[in-house]
Amino acid sequence: MTGTYLGMPAFPEAAREAVRDEVLRANLRHATHTIRDKRARAVAELADWDRLRAAGKAVKDHTLRHLDRYLLQLEAAVTAAGGTVHWAADADEANRIVTELVLATGEREVVKVKSMATQEIGLNEALEAAGIAAYETDLAELIVQLGHDRPSHILVPAIHRNRAEIRDIFRAEMGSWGRPAPEPLGDDPRELAEAARLHLREKFLRAKVAVSGANFMVAETGTMVVLESEGNGRMCLTLPETLISVVGIEKTVPTFRDLEIFLQTLPRSSTAERMNPYTTMWTGTTAGDGPAAFHLVLLDNGRSDTLADETGRQALRCIRCSACLNVCPVYERAGGHAYGSVYPGPIGAVLSPQLRGTGSAIDASLPYASTLCGACYEVCPVAIDIPEVLVHLRERVVQGGPVTRDGVRVTLRPADGHTAERAAMRAARLLLDHPGALRAGERLLARARRLAPRRLPGAGRAWTDSRELPTVPAESFRDWWARERSTPR
Amino acid sequence: MSSKDRILGRIRRALRDDAPAAPIPRDYLPVHGARTPAERVDLLAAHLAEYRAVVHRTDEEALPALLTRLLAERGARSVLVPPGLPAHWLPAQGPARVPDRAEDTPYRLDRVDSVVSGCALAVAETGTIVLDGGPDQGRRRITLIPDHHICVVRVPGQVVDSVPQALPLLDPARPLTWISGPSATSDIELDRVEGVHGPRTLEVVLVGPQ
Repeated sequence: MTGTYLGMPAFPEAAREAVRDEVLRANLRHATHTIRDKRARAVAELADWDRLRAAGKAVKDHTLRHLDRYLLQLEAAVTAAGGTVHWAADADEANRIVTELVLATGEREVVKVKSMATQEIGLNEALEAAGIAAYETDLAELIVQLGHDRPSHILVPAIHRNRAEIRDIFRAEMGSWGRPAPEPLGDDPRELAEAARLHLREKFLRAKVAVSGANFMVAETGTMVVLESEGNGRMCLTLPETLISVVGIEKTVPTFRDLEIFLQTLPRSSTAERMNPYTTMWTGTTAGDGPAAFHLVLLDNGRSDTLADETGRQALRCIRCSACLNVCPVYERAGGHAYGSVYPGPIGAVLSPQLRGTGSAIDASLPYASTLCGACYEVCPVAIDIPEVLVHLRERVVQGGPVTRDGVRVTLRPADGHTAERAAMRAARLLLDHPGALRAGERLLARARRLAPRRLPGAGRAWTDSRELPTVPAESFRDWWARERSTPR
Repeated sequence: MSSKDRILGRIRRALRDDAPAAPIPRDYLPVHGARTPAERVDLLAAHLAEYRAVVHRTDEEALPALLTRLLAERGARSVLVPPGLPAHWLPAQGPARVPDRAEDTPYRLDRVDSVVSGCALAVAETGTIVLDGGPDQGRRRITLIPDHHICVVRVPGQVVDSVPQALPLLDPARPLTWISGPSATSDIELDRVEGVHGPRTLEVVLVGPQ
């Protein structure tokens, strides 16, 4: 498995490969069902869950509606508290800013606390190209990094690996990155976590520069918020001299008070805990405590384009809890890699094609990576109507239409590969507009029913690969109705 | 044009035709259930224990003896002490006291066995203690690097019921650390393992009238 998403096959192909992997399916099934059941219990503890969900949705919508104002307020507050704010329109610009900031410190290595935004922009690769080593410190991210692999889940990125695989990765790879794994090394999770602790501690203690993301940024106070469990976040956020946080502009909330909603809904939705073990909040710099220099890189990278789509923009409410992955029947079988994006699962299927556009085969296929069962919407703590956005994006893929790319309104052409679908729809419209022709067609079909194939030829074949065509009835419904109802019984 | 102007321009164009956002409904509960102060402390203790923090209860008078015993049970030879920790909490004899000093390197702190701190407040419903860098808590790193953290909570005074009650009491200008149980990971087959990078053992001492 390579570490890049470039050239990923479209979802159906990638998924077909993944569902044949029985170890993967067993790992995924165990994991998603365990978290799913625990989450339901944690949510049931709060009698006002629906009200918290509505409030979370409203806060995010309100912030997005006034995002320009809140970003300026945030910038002013962070600056007043001793931080420096940088604006990055796209991935290249963000990577350049971070690389220059690291080089300016004179350091050649950084420790990282799990951040999806930096994965989205390919920061580790950009740093490597500049001669800077970036060490992932979240245990699961470490497993992914050492395994030359890609994350497959938002919350537990190594969910596709079992303990034996992890033991093998640690034994084979830890030595080339730093402290080798202890010998002998068993596959007990306790033992594996201890190996990671020893391996990473030497990095934490000597690190001078850290890179992080953030769960929330408070416009009113300039406060940054990171929720985590292991303490690697606290290590990165407080020990180094320089801290660089790369955060999507949609992570803003207006007031410190608004955190009372998300600190209740995020942990319960993601890890099914009343509260995650560690939450760190910092505002600029504090003399004598924590990093002396704090840089905030505000990342757009397709977010303002997403904002321009009134139906699709609700995906920007996402607080990355991953509840939608754990309930999704498609994710459970296909796994995260099939989505070809750092954002897997239902939220990835709506977020990635909006952030990146639907130009590539994988992005054009993502809106179809769903059964539209709606389970993702039910569990979403900020009530993102993922099925609604999926259907909206399917329409865009098939029909084309106006979208915003890099801030410019453009008209998208229909995507390739949907010609048959469009032709079928056009034919259907023609027939439905001409009842006489429809009746004639139905009769003809009924008479020729013995000739109807079980599988479709040509473009329709893929559809009947996994489904049987319904049998053609002996007479059409309209003929049946005319026969049964128009003559007195 | 700067990137800032470009991003703000895109956002404003995207929102040009939008109606004002709906008001935010805040009809969620400020607290889940009605509790007496004693019930609140009991709930805190139960929730802390559920996430594998070790909970002790004592009064002001017996506190030094309890802390001495807990440190001895761990075999602690040195203990980090924030500048404002009440002097009488730790007896003169016992593990060597290491003051919280800015010039100490993380390597030096890594050789200390335990840390004793106070807290800003505790949240019963979530089983959380919150540190805000106050004089009895010290810098964030001292409660992070040693493997054993003893946190003293004054009850019932420092205990609130819920997250919505906690936030107004905290100052966002200070560095805040919310701690719910010891460091933990579930990254390997979702088996929960305590103690990855933060303290492996969290002991919470609830001090108040017994």
